[in-house]
Amino acid sequence: MAQKSIREFDAKSILAKHWDKYFPNFSYAYETVLVESGEELTKCADEKSWLKEKNLVAKPDMLFGKRGKNGLVLFRDQAVGDVKLAKASSWIDEKADGKQKVFFSFDGDTPTGEAKEDLLTHFVVEPFTPHTQDEEYYISATVVRDDDVLFMSAEGGIEVEEGWDEKVTEVKFSITDSEEEIEKKILASIPADVKEEDKENFGKFAVGFFKAYRELNFAYLEINPFVMQGTKIELLDMVAKLDDTAGFMMVDEWGDVAYPTAFGMEEKSPEVKAIEEADAKSGASLKLTMLNPKGRIWTMVAGGGASVVYADTIADFAVANGGQVSDLANYGEYSGGPTTGETKFYADTVIDLMTREKDERGKILIIGGAIANFTDVAKTFTGIIQSFEQYAEKMKEHNTKIYVRRGGPNYEKGLKDIKEAADRLGLYIEVYGPETHVTDIVRMGLEA
Amino acid sequence: MGVLFTKDTQAIFWNNNKSAIQRMLDYDYTIGREKPSVAGIVAPTSSNKFDKFFYGADEVMIPLYKNTAEAVAGQPQADVLLNFASFRTAYDVTMEALNMDAFKTIMITAEGIPERLARGMNQFAKSKNVTVIGPATVGGIVPGAFKIANVGGTIENIVNSKLHRAGSAGLVTRSGGLFNELSNIISINADGIAEGIAIGGDRFVGSVFIDNMLRMEENPQVKYMVLLGEVGGTEEYKVIEAVKSGKITKPVIAWCIGTIAEHFSTGVQFGHAGASANAEMETAVYKNKAMAEAGIHVPASFNDLPAKIAEVFQSLNIPAIEEPKLNIVPKNRKSKNFICTISDDRGEEATYAGFPISSVATPDTGKGIGDVVSLLWFKKQYPKWATDFIETVMKTVADHGPAVSGAHNAKVTARAGKSVVESLVTGLLTIGPRFGGAIDGAAQYFKYADDNNLSPKEFLKYMKSEGVPIPGIGHRIKSLRNPDLRVEGLKKFANEHFPSTPLLDYALTVEQLTTSKKDNLILNVDGTIGILMVDMWRALGYSETEIDEFISSGTLNAFFIVGRSIGFIGHILDEKRLAMPMFRHPMDDILYDVEVAEEI
Repeated sequence: MAQKSIREFDAKSILAKHWDKYFPNFSYAYETVLVESGEELTKCADEKSWLKEKNLVAKPDMLFGKRGKNGLVLFRDQAVGDVKLAKASSWIDEKADGKQKVFFSFDGDTPTGEAKEDLLTHFVVEPFTPHTQDEEYYISATVVRDDDVLFMSAEGGIEVEEGWDEKVTEVKFSITDSEEEIEKKILASIPADVKEEDKENFGKFAVGFFKAYRELNFAYLEINPFVMQGTKIELLDMVAKLDDTAGFMMVDEWGDVAYPTAFGMEEKSPEVKAIEEADAKSGASLKLTMLNPKGRIWTMVAGGGASVVYADTIADFAVANGGQVSDLANYGEYSGGPTTGETKFYADTVIDLMTREKDERGKILIIGGAIANFTDVAKTFTGIIQSFEQYAEKMKEHNTKIYVRRGGPNYEKGLKDIKEAADRLGLYIEVYGPETHVTDIVRMGLEA
Repeated sequence: MGVLFTKDTQAIFWNNNKSAIQRMLDYDYTIGREKPSVAGIVAPTSSNKFDKFFYGADEVMIPLYKNTAEAVAGQPQADVLLNFASFRTAYDVTMEALNMDAFKTIMITAEGIPERLARGMNQFAKSKNVTVIGPATVGGIVPGAFKIANVGGTIENIVNSKLHRAGSAGLVTRSGGLFNELSNIISINADGIAEGIAIGGDRFVGSVFIDNMLRMEENPQVKYMVLLGEVGGTEEYKVIEAVKSGKITKPVIAWCIGTIAEHFSTGVQFGHAGASANAEMETAVYKNKAMAEAGIHVPASFNDLPAKIAEVFQSLNIPAIEEPKLNIVPKNRKSKNFICTISDDRGEEATYAGFPISSVATPDTGKGIGDVVSLLWFKKQYPKWATDFIETVMKTVADHGPAVSGAHNAKVTARAGKSVVESLVTGLLTIGPRFGGAIDGAAQYFKYADDNNLSPKEFLKYMKSEGVPIPGIGHRIKSLRNPDLRVEGLKKFANEHFPSTPLLDYALTVEQLTTSKKDNLILNVDGTIGILMVDMWRALGYSETEIDEFISSGTLNAFFIVGRSIGFIGHILDEKRLAMPMFRHPMDDILYDVEVAEEI
């Protein structure tokens, strides 16, 4: 995926690192820490004395919003803005202990939709910033279709989210707009209800913000709200995504940035992580997503487009044949000419996962693919065959039926080899080439 | 109108991706193209000048260039750039190429070009009216005319999928793997495709579905179109609009893959980077419905797509296509160890650069040894003034008496009883930087001074800083007052017959300065030859780079070697005739100064 969410803490750190370049007229204290426990927070206070001196705010930093409505922002002990270090530490430990329920949508203050339960592992702690509502502003930028769009509002926080259409000014920019054109457009569109005395500064800040968004290769950047007190800025809450394809150019600019799994998303299994690592090291593409580890239908499909088509078709036929979509255990693909070794590793991983949970109906393994442009079918199938050799007994235990369909360079040999290997190992297999429609093995497997 | 590539289209291939290029050439051979579809290869790190590829059973050489600019200069007719640079450099290569205004189409294969760069690049290409295919694509094909790189896979699959000749479908997909699959489906259920483009899997690609489909609408060979879309993005809606507004009138069959995404609320990315549904209208299900409502032929599922294609194709009653004759690419091919580009002895009569020997050998042909040299050394027919000059040079350097070191060596060897060839090579081996080498040196240094606009004074200063006497300047006895008549002869010939002599003119201004210091520092015969050779090549239209290569490869020395061989052989035959005994150097002509070696 090209666009990846990053933590609020990392977003602030990136802006702080380049603050003087983009916001030379403003000051930002960059008082913020990211911790995983109360103990860690207490330790941080040795170096960062403001943690001891100031009243604090603490909240989870795990790629989800509506933290206030979920009661997950600590800003009061006895009274608003009186949270001391000890309280923040104990609150973090309390919230990190055991799974927490989080709702993602609200109607007023009433949660709607389903909650997700997960552990809270990362918290951001910052000074409490006393300010008035009219010092809060909203700004964000992203790409909509082919254009960049800047959103600005004189009202920040929940106000703007609940009154988006009336309260937000949108400015569109073509990718070819010059810096002068961009500045002109922004300055001409400062929301009318920004305070008179802030208007000039708001303009300067917005121009710097948009420039930072573009030059630092953010895919999405939102500050909601920021507090403007003259030339002093506080970033109260931020959401950001990076275009990770720009990572190779942004090594210094971004620094050490993490792409965490969002709250409520299942933590990636070691197997999925291992495939990700192999993918990062290889010139070929190896992708694996677990949908249901207990699923009956497993896929090992070559090619990004083909893997989608197989998933579509499996869902269609599973439902049509009295099963359900959750029968599909995994989604993924290998492509771009992986080596025999890489393919074996990929096959090992999938087959290992497939042979963990029993299903009385048996397992179906779809080794599918379109007609390859340049991937050598025999070479990749050699890797799959080696994996068969290793897992043949387990596959038999799970009553696995294998359906193969593939075309492309050297496919005759690949198909012949895999058929012979499966027969020799006593595995159930059906093998088809380009004369059979690409997804027809799904029908065969599921109607059988 | 509306045709992206023809049978004459040629491309520059950026990056020497040998298997992809070979597949293009196999395709070219199969469909009987006259010229290879790859005119040149940009191979920045290679020091070779060309690479060999099979063309059927034979091999052809495709020139290699260091950069795009050189490739464009060398192959100005090639208007397609196949950019196979990595995601780190693909952007720079494309932007540079766009700025050259040399390409009509640029295909970019890299996946994961930073989005902001890709957007800027695509916009810039649009403003230049250049069709960009990709990034993150396998390319496209106009069957029977031009195939990009790996599209279609192996030649066997290409023929099976009828990609070797034009059918009736216009095909657009995002995915490259499914492109091949769709070609196969269309060949089984209809009559193949007339043009097909895989637009690429990245979120921001250059030409999108509608750009390619509007071109196909204009292409009379395309009778209907097949669109394979994907979950995510809104490109399919542009096609829907075009169908509704009548901009597209040909039948369209379409399917969006990724209906599976319905079943997974968040987090799972199905398919390409471009394939993440952010809103309901970006889902595959919604798009398929919208397309069906607009009158596009939409099957019930991807599994039903073949039947839908067959149904629409049959309703169009398109006459059957006559299958063309194909050249069969041989299975076993052997790469040749040697290459010859100057002569050929395979026909009735051996040829020199395409000219039968008899057509240049006898006096009635009017051709001399200069013509033979121009054919075999330079693969060109030089005009008479140039071949005359070459002969003049050879005659001038043929001999310079028995005392010069080369002739002396040849004579000593002949007197040792060795054969003509042994004696000759002994003499020839003496030729080098000190003996005969002034021709090379003069050409090199005078050309350097002239190229860099050095005044004679600056040139002298430069040579002093290099620590070498100026090659081609100075003579043992001759001087301005007592000129070397060989030099006078060469100068006279050049003045009368060369179109112009800029380097000689420059050298004479240098001579004025050097002779003002010392009378015998004249432009000598070696210098005159080297300098006039440069003037000859300039007048013949060679580029400065080509002339520099002549100098650095020792071509000038070659004239001296051939000429002086005549003299050496004369001396050797002279010795044989005189039957002179073995030569032993008189001891009184040697200074003996030998000390006892110290122990260390």
